[in-house]
Amino acid sequence: MSQFSETQMAEFKRLVSRYPEGKQKSALLPVLHLAQNSFGGWLSEKTLDYVAELLNITPIEVYEVATFYSMYNLKPVGKYMFEVCQTGPCMISGSDNIIQYIQDKLGIKPGETTPDGLFTLKTVECLGACGYAPMMQLGKTYREHLTKDKVDAIIAECKSIAAE
Amino acid sequence: MGVKLLLEKAHVEGIRTYAVYRKEGGYRSVEKALQQMGPEAIVEEVKKSGLRGRGGAGFPAGMKWSFIAKPEGVPRHLVCNADESEPGTFKDRYLMENIPHLLIEGLIVASFALGSNDTYIYIRGEYAWIVDILETAIEEAKANGFLGKNILGSGFDCNIHVQRGAGAYICGEETALIESLEGKRGNPRIKPPFPAIQGLWQRPTVVNNVETLAAVVPIINMGGEEYAKIGVGRSTGTKLISACGNINKPGVYEIDMTISVEEFIYADEYCGGIANGKRLKACIPGGSSVPILPANLLLKTAKGETRYMNYESLSDGGFATGSMMGSGGFIVLDEDQCIVKNTYTLARFYRHESCGQCSPCREGTGWMEKILYKIEMGKGRKSDIDLLWDIQRKIEGNTICPLGDAAAWPVAAAIRHFRDEFEWHVLNQDQAQKRNYGLAHYAEPIYVPAG
Repeated sequence: MSQFSETQMAEFKRLVSRYPEGKQKSALLPVLHLAQNSFGGWLSEKTLDYVAELLNITPIEVYEVATFYSMYNLKPVGKYMFEVCQTGPCMISGSDNIIQYIQDKLGIKPGETTPDGLFTLKTVECLGACGYAPMMQLGKTYREHLTKDKVDAIIAECKSIAAE
Repeated sequence: MGVKLLLEKAHVEGIRTYAVYRKEGGYRSVEKALQQMGPEAIVEEVKKSGLRGRGGAGFPAGMKWSFIAKPEGVPRHLVCNADESEPGTFKDRYLMENIPHLLIEGLIVASFALGSNDTYIYIRGEYAWIVDILETAIEEAKANGFLGKNILGSGFDCNIHVQRGAGAYICGEETALIESLEGKRGNPRIKPPFPAIQGLWQRPTVVNNVETLAAVVPIINMGGEEYAKIGVGRSTGTKLISACGNINKPGVYEIDMTISVEEFIYADEYCGGIANGKRLKACIPGGSSVPILPANLLLKTAKGETRYMNYESLSDGGFATGSMMGSGGFIVLDEDQCIVKNTYTLARFYRHESCGQCSPCREGTGWMEKILYKIEMGKGRKSDIDLLWDIQRKIEGNTICPLGDAAAWPVAAAIRHFRDEFEWHVLNQDQAQKRNYGLAHYAEPIYVPAG
């Protein structure tokens, strides 16, 4: 089973230290982010149990949180996840066309991953980039003012990084 | 160009760094507050300023602060709500990205006023890169003696911690935010008790929006009375508006709440008019949950008076003919936009974001989404429109938190003002998806730029 490395454990301790004694459960959301980033971009049941053990809380307390928030992936995802916003402001700025274009280009539907495990397409609700629509989240940052050309460039960029 | 209090320095080169921010006059309010004023005097200044919460509800900030309980020996907390998730709203992000020290400065003053030694910024999980910006600013402030132990020799200790959420609109509601900060699902709490009495870890807590806390800086620097002179009536100071949709210049604008809606949409200084030479159809002026208004009621009130960009004027006419300032998320729709489709995407959003605690919201948002989808796809019946109306009425006011209302209002307003468009969809099923119903209530803009 995967465990935090030394640096990850140091980060874990930093996160927990921000809360008063006995309130370590407060670190649960940030610790789940850390775990997801550390263990391949998703949270397995084993990882959730590991987090419960680390925080000294019951596994159900971790499960109920992991299933509530949309950023936690409970199934394996591609190396690059395109999270495209489809809410009102993005929709009126043409997000439908961008989502369709990515589907055609990658040959997958929202929620699916390409057979090579490189890309996952996910439609998401408002990410707070309405003035820079259409947009997607890719890893830690946003890609905004999307056009078909930009989507092509992003896909090429991901492929070239993965090939290195 | 109106008065700018928050974004005046936002584009000075290097303003993200402590050195430049300080050189531009930053952290003066901390010196003034901690060395010359006491906590009570700060609360008084904020009360005098008339500052209203900038997150959406518009509750007077000074009054909120004065409610905080001070039981002996119990720590108190200030929590900054940076969960910005209301569709159409991206102003807090803009402020934090461009001028992070302004928020940190406001947080230190507010923490001192409220007696919070450990202050938390709860930021939406998707704004991951902003966490780094804020943590760098906090480290810099600490290295320069504005955070940590015994700040400026005042005896006041303060640390600020940044906590990331993980994707849940509901966590913008203050009690859901507190639950989330405690490491739980974002289920809003039943009030009372209010957070000011029992909040984070059952301790007295104040939750304020990013922009509200940033506004504390100019209030302390210039004094509450001077601040209150800006703006009009109970809409004092400046407000950040994030404008998006079919306009030429989407972006974040700081306004002093005396300009008209028409000027805001058509002036080059702001939105720069409707994009692609199209005409204005409708607008959601305060974030997706506030009522949508057709062009004629947006630019003028039902009485025929000019509508202004402030709390009172935007809500003139109540929900029958008015809307709300809300969070300042200003969404503009041009003549090609389909009201049914837009309403459907918003209904889908609220269904996705309902925490599931209250039946009217959990079930109702799902029903509204399904019916709107049906109408949009050309499978609706005329009775579905009445059914939609009925469902939204059964949600409103019947839930623990305002998400139910937020889901009901957009549907109600869309039917109220664009019923003919809904009817057109069910009567012309084969054409419903072509989505070019056109303009129902068109108003020719009369705005003429000054000079």
